[in-house]
Amino acid sequence: MRRATPMVIIVLWLRGVRRPIFPCGQAKNMRPLTQEETNTFFEKLSKYIGENIKLLIDRQDGSYCFRLHKDRVYYMSEEQLKIGSSAAGDTLLSIGSCFGKFTKSGKFHLHVTALDYLAPYAKHKVWLKPSAEQQFLYGHHIMKSGLGRLTEDTEQYQGVIVYNMNDLALGFGVAAKSTLACRNCDPMTIVVFHQADTGQYIRDEDTLT
Amino acid sequence: MGRKREILEDDKPKKGPGRKTKKQPAPSFKALLGDEGPKKLSHKQKQRQRKREEKKAEKASAGAKRKATPTPNSRPSKKPKLLFDSDGDDDENLRSSDSEEEEMQDEFSEDDVLSDSESEALEKESGKKAKKNEKKAANAATPKAKKQQEKGNAKTRKQEKMAAPESDDEEEDEKSDSDSDDEDESDEEMDVEKASKKLLKKQKQDESLAQDELMLNIKSQEKFTLPSGQEIEKEDILDLVILSECSLLVLLFVTRVWGKRDRVVNASNSRSGGRGISHIRHILADFSERREEGRSRKEYLDQLCRDLCARFNYNEFLMERLLGLFPNEIMDFLEANEYPRPVTIRTNTLKTRRRDLGPMLIDRGVNVEPMARWSGVGLTVFDTKVPLGATPEYLGGHYMLQGGASFLPVMALAPQERERVLDMCAAPGGKSSYIAALMKNTGLLWSNDANRERCKAIVSNLHRLGVINSLVTNYDGRAMKKVFHSFDRVLLDAPCSGTGVISKDEAVKINKDEKDILRCSHLQKELLLSAIDCCNANSKTGGYIVYSTCSIMVEENEWVIDYALKKRNVKIVPCGLDFGKEGFVNFEQHRFHPSLRLTRRFYPHTHNLDGFFVAKLQKFSNKIPGEENKTDQVEENGEESAKSENKTDQAEENGEDSAKSGDAESKGKKAANSDTKKQAKQKSTDKDSETSKSSSPDKNKAKKNATPDKKNFQSGKKVAGKLKKPGFLPKKGFKNKKKGN
Repeated sequence: MRRATPMVIIVLWLRGVRRPIFPCGQAKNMRPLTQEETNTFFEKLSKYIGENIKLLIDRQDGSYCFRLHKDRVYYMSEEQLKIGSSAAGDTLLSIGSCFGKFTKSGKFHLHVTALDYLAPYAKHKVWLKPSAEQQFLYGHHIMKSGLGRLTEDTEQYQGVIVYNMNDLALGFGVAAKSTLACRNCDPMTIVVFHQADTGQYIRDEDTLT
Repeated sequence: MGRKREILEDDKPKKGPGRKTKKQPAPSFKALLGDEGPKKLSHKQKQRQRKREEKKAEKASAGAKRKATPTPNSRPSKKPKLLFDSDGDDDENLRSSDSEEEEMQDEFSEDDVLSDSESEALEKESGKKAKKNEKKAANAATPKAKKQQEKGNAKTRKQEKMAAPESDDEEEDEKSDSDSDDEDESDEEMDVEKASKKLLKKQKQDESLAQDELMLNIKSQEKFTLPSGQEIEKEDILDLVILSECSLLVLLFVTRVWGKRDRVVNASNSRSGGRGISHIRHILADFSERREEGRSRKEYLDQLCRDLCARFNYNEFLMERLLGLFPNEIMDFLEANEYPRPVTIRTNTLKTRRRDLGPMLIDRGVNVEPMARWSGVGLTVFDTKVPLGATPEYLGGHYMLQGGASFLPVMALAPQERERVLDMCAAPGGKSSYIAALMKNTGLLWSNDANRERCKAIVSNLHRLGVINSLVTNYDGRAMKKVFHSFDRVLLDAPCSGTGVISKDEAVKINKDEKDILRCSHLQKELLLSAIDCCNANSKTGGYIVYSTCSIMVEENEWVIDYALKKRNVKIVPCGLDFGKEGFVNFEQHRFHPSLRLTRRFYPHTHNLDGFFVAKLQKFSNKIPGEENKTDQVEENGEESAKSENKTDQAEENGEDSAKSGDAESKGKKAANSDTKKQAKQKSTDKDSETSKSSSPDKNKAKKNATPDKKNFQSGKKVAGKLKKPGFLPKKGFKNKKKGN
């Protein structure tokens, strides 16, 4: 079964399954995202870059698109798509840049490989002290003590991009507390939940894409 | 040269006291004039003289005792043992090679003393020889020495002669002594120019005689005896015994002193290594003069090979090949392989600039400096306090750890923006990312590798370095042309035996043999043909293929390129690298196309890079020579194809001598011609072998196919120009083939 047919969707809907439905087997070839997939994916992206998503799709320098391949979402140019389709299948390991993957339960996980696109458009940012830098790169959450700076008016559970003091993007996470709440908490409180960091290029090389 | 005696200008007034004249007065040879008059020895000199003589007397008496128990048989076998198993092992380890050589000579001279004394043993009684020697000495020795002899008694004279080399040295010493003494003594004016001339003449004679004698001694000293086969076996056994007995002790001690790497080297060196090697190389440098009678060059070479193997832990096959490649600089090469190349990093120009990255790394405690002049993105790392592969900059993709040599093929490829580039064997993505950086993330970069596990590294690295125009696949490189074959440029960094990177992987020293090399070579040929097929000759900007390996074997480099020149419509173009050594055109039994001179080789000892080979090819036609009647040429195994190549080699070379080699068209024709010829030949041989089968249709087919092919190629460029969609060509050929079958 390559794609959920309308029939299946309806049946599942009747059973009370109200989430996007995905093929159970791995897709052999690249395909565009379905509507539900697009919704979930964009919802996730918008947590980090807001309405800047449209800058990713309507580009001046050529047409780019998202494609789903083996549950992973890739972002590529039309030329890449054209030529890449000749290689599609089991042998195609990566095309363009990978944004993340859909889990079996239909959620979307952003990968650190998307950082190159998130960082320039990011709305909310966090800067780390040099002492906390290494901690974050090993996959730890960010404590108040390691926090250097924080964008104003960050709300709770807002996606934030993490930088070090040299403005080098280290990864991204989710704000555990709003900016206001951060001011008053003690140094050992977690202020940003870790989601992805560049250390994963080494730690999770195998599972990254 | 030197200071000159002023003969005529003595009476001229001096212009002024120059600095030199103050320090060194012009030399005068007046000392020589005073040789008729008796000379006085200073008190101390006399004492020294006496002591010397006493010593000699002692030595001589000891020698006489030894002579009493002569062992004539033991001599020839003893010599090499002296060479290889010296008793002073422990001391020698500490000494430099220079001192070793000196020591060697000393040993030889001792040996000579012994042999001389042996031979004289019988004659001593009659004393005839002694007299003769005296006479000789009278001619040879300087006047000063004469006087000494007159002073000394007859016995000491004999003994002096017996210890010839040493006494020579002493004579010279004393001469110089007397020179300085006599300068003070004589104040005579020059009434005696004639006399001085005579004296000079005489002195020359003396010197030449002394020199002759010395040379004689040296000659006999320098003879180096090769161990016989039995001795080698013995030595091997000894090796085992000694190693097993004291391996623990020695290793423990040595590791503590010299560190890990030198461990085995020193253990073997002390026994048979260094001295044998330097000695044999010395002999081979002037073989006809220095060799031992009746020994062939091959024996020496074999021994050298064995010694080098033992010292550096190579297997004999590899050492032989290396000796073939570097007859003169073998030691440099082997030494260079013992040490790692400097760590280099490549700035990722997609994310940062070198002048920004440098200071940033220095802040982190990494001592870096811009790399060689030829690279604008490389940095050499001298030392570092932090792990280079885990700094936030590395993780952020600002640089890539990459050997200096692996910049070269990409620089040779010179990819342009908006091109389609294929990296056929890409893992782990270092070169690929460099290509992407040069293309500034435009166009398409197709990175392929046959190993799925290693492909993950490509994906990870490309993402880390911010490459967005990439496409990573996991195909066998040989099948690439069926997937997509319209690339502007193709980089083939072929899998190889790794003989250029021994410093990185020491296992290569031992685990490679002839078969491995040929297997690599065969795979490389297939891959290169595939790479050429993937490239589009009609591309506006490209049509280039770069072939590189980290091997220095000719079989994996020039031979492969030469094969491709014959099989496809490609020519070699300069790589655009202004350094490196030229590729071989002639090597041992191989005779390659002269344009292989344009390829480049890089060695650890000359360029301080990994051993590397880079060749750049340009494809000038998408037509595959003899495609129609091609059966299984690509699938042929390496040796067979090699044979067929060698057959056609000569014919082709003859043809090429007449025409200029650089010309694309003429070359294309030639290649086509030779290929059709070859095919015809192969057909005929096939036919011969399969006479039982219906040979006539086969023959006809071959003829049919051969003729139109030729036509096509003689109108060479036209055809190439017409082909707008090169990709279809091979398919057509394929169809035809199928039909035929």
